[in-house]
Amino acid sequence: MTGTPQGQPLVSMRNIVKTFGDNVVLDGVDLDVYPGEVVVLIGPSGAGKSTLLRCINGLERISSGTIEVDGQQLSYQESAINRIRSRIGMVFQSFNLFPHMTVAQNIMMAQRDVLGRSANEARQRAEDLLGRVGLGEKADAYPDSLSGGQQQRVAIARALAMDPAVMLFDEPTSALDPELVGEVLHVMRELADAGMTMVVVTHEMRFARRAADRVVLMADKQIVEEGTPEQVLDNPTSERGQAFLRQLSEE
Amino acid sequence: MTFFDYFVEYAPLFIEASWVTLRLTAVALVIAMVLGGVIAWMVMSRFGPLRWLGTAYIGLIRGTPLIAQIFVLYFGISEIVKMPAFWAGALALAAHNSAYIAEIFRSGFQAVPKGLVEASRSLGMGRRKTLRRVQAPLALRTTLPVLGNQYIIAVKDSSLVSFIGMTELFQTSRNLQAQNYEPLQMYLMVSIYYLAIVLVLTFVVNRLEHSLSKHRRPVDTPSGGSDRGSLVESGKSEGAE
Ligand SMILES: Nc1ncnc2c1ncn2[C@@H]1O[C@H](COP(=O)(O)OP(=O)(O)OP(=O)(O)O)[C@@H](O)[C@H]1O
Ligand SMILES: [Mg+2]
Repeated sequence: MTGTPQGQPLVSMRNIVKTFGDNVVLDGVDLDVYPGEVVVLIGPSGAGKSTLLRCINGLERISSGTIEVDGQQLSYQESAINRIRSRIGMVFQSFNLFPHMTVAQNIMMAQRDVLGRSANEARQRAEDLLGRVGLGEKADAYPDSLSGGQQQRVAIARALAMDPAVMLFDEPTSALDPELVGEVLHVMRELADAGMTMVVVTHEMRFARRAADRVVLMADKQIVEEGTPEQVLDNPTSERGQAFLRQLSEE
Repeated sequence: MTFFDYFVEYAPLFIEASWVTLRLTAVALVIAMVLGGVIAWMVMSRFGPLRWLGTAYIGLIRGTPLIAQIFVLYFGISEIVKMPAFWAGALALAAHNSAYIAEIFRSGFQAVPKGLVEASRSLGMGRRKTLRRVQAPLALRTTLPVLGNQYIIAVKDSSLVSFIGMTELFQTSRNLQAQNYEPLQMYLMVSIYYLAIVLVLTFVVNRLEHSLSKHRRPVDTPSGGSDRGSLVESGKSEGAE
């Protein structure tokens, strides 16, 4: 997606404050994500990127501010949060596949238990998605027998099976051996090209340049810079942004 | 009479008594599993008073000898209602084991990686569904060997119920040695029976453990198109809604 975003934002965060005890982690963050948009979140360690992402689907409770997802105000009441979460796909750094289930069962569980799909329907969807992430032959394998890159692709398929309105990725390639990073990024790029709304925390600057509609740079509890990849990565205006990118290029 | 002669002669008695011991232990463990589940749930509760109550119960049980628990329960209950020794013994054993089983359940649940619970919750699975589909099955896997061990202890501990007059396995050997004045032989003999029971139990638990940890092996694929090789790499994917 390029150009100006249209319509209502899919995710709308206003003046988010998040504290852990006395520790302020997010200090007045505003973020809108529009349908079809790919937002890449970057920033130094401890800036609050993961926390921000986890606030979107309520894995962390905000201390103040408001979050709307898909037109719904986020509430932490059990059935309301479950409904919202089923609309938000989340992919973790550590894959988090259920080790006691086969790949297909991993992808089928919530389809059946949350969306009420039949076993056949859920299985069909699982196989379609596995084909799409290039793992069509792994449906009946257990996660332990897969490489990290394969596990992460299964995790992406698992999230997609819920037909989410938006996908969140928290450093999806950080736990992978370098040679396995590409296969996961490839799947993510295809997803972006297909029009999926995505918020991605990553240190992969090449992915940010090629897939992001907007790059958001967080530092020190706040968003310090945002714009197109070129604007943020090539011509950062803030001091914190310049410092972060300088440090990045030195690595 | 030699040991062997005694063994043959008393075999029917001991086998009969073995069944009593097994029934006693089985009834006690069934109750202990349910009670232990409740206590574990209390201990992990976010509600303070429940947590304290559960913790206090575990502390009390672990801090006192089983034989005292058996006597207290037996004499305490018989103040109120006349209860057969079998049930008094079973209840005492259940109360005792429930504390240990609660601890086993608790550590099993806490060993489930937090990320897996978060993954399940992120899919929209509620607290209870996550418990049933993710936490409980995974906790069971880590718990099973320890649980099996507890069962074995329970079988042996059930011998203490003989002190409230239950004619189970151990009481049988006590009765016999009082008749034939062969304590060494009788207690050796009863030990063989306990050992046999424990060996069988160990075997069963190992089998169960094995069948529960069949990672890397495909199992029941739910009905419907089990065409394993849907290798169609659909280059372009359909979009989001
Ligand atoms: N559960 C928690 N309890 C207490 N403090 C936390 C918790 N989670 C995060 N924090 C703190 O919040 C701050 C932001 O953490 P967060 O994980 O969001 O940063 P991040 O930008 O994702 O960093 P990284 O690049 O290292 O993943 C850190 O100082 C961290 O110590
Ligand atoms: Mg992080």
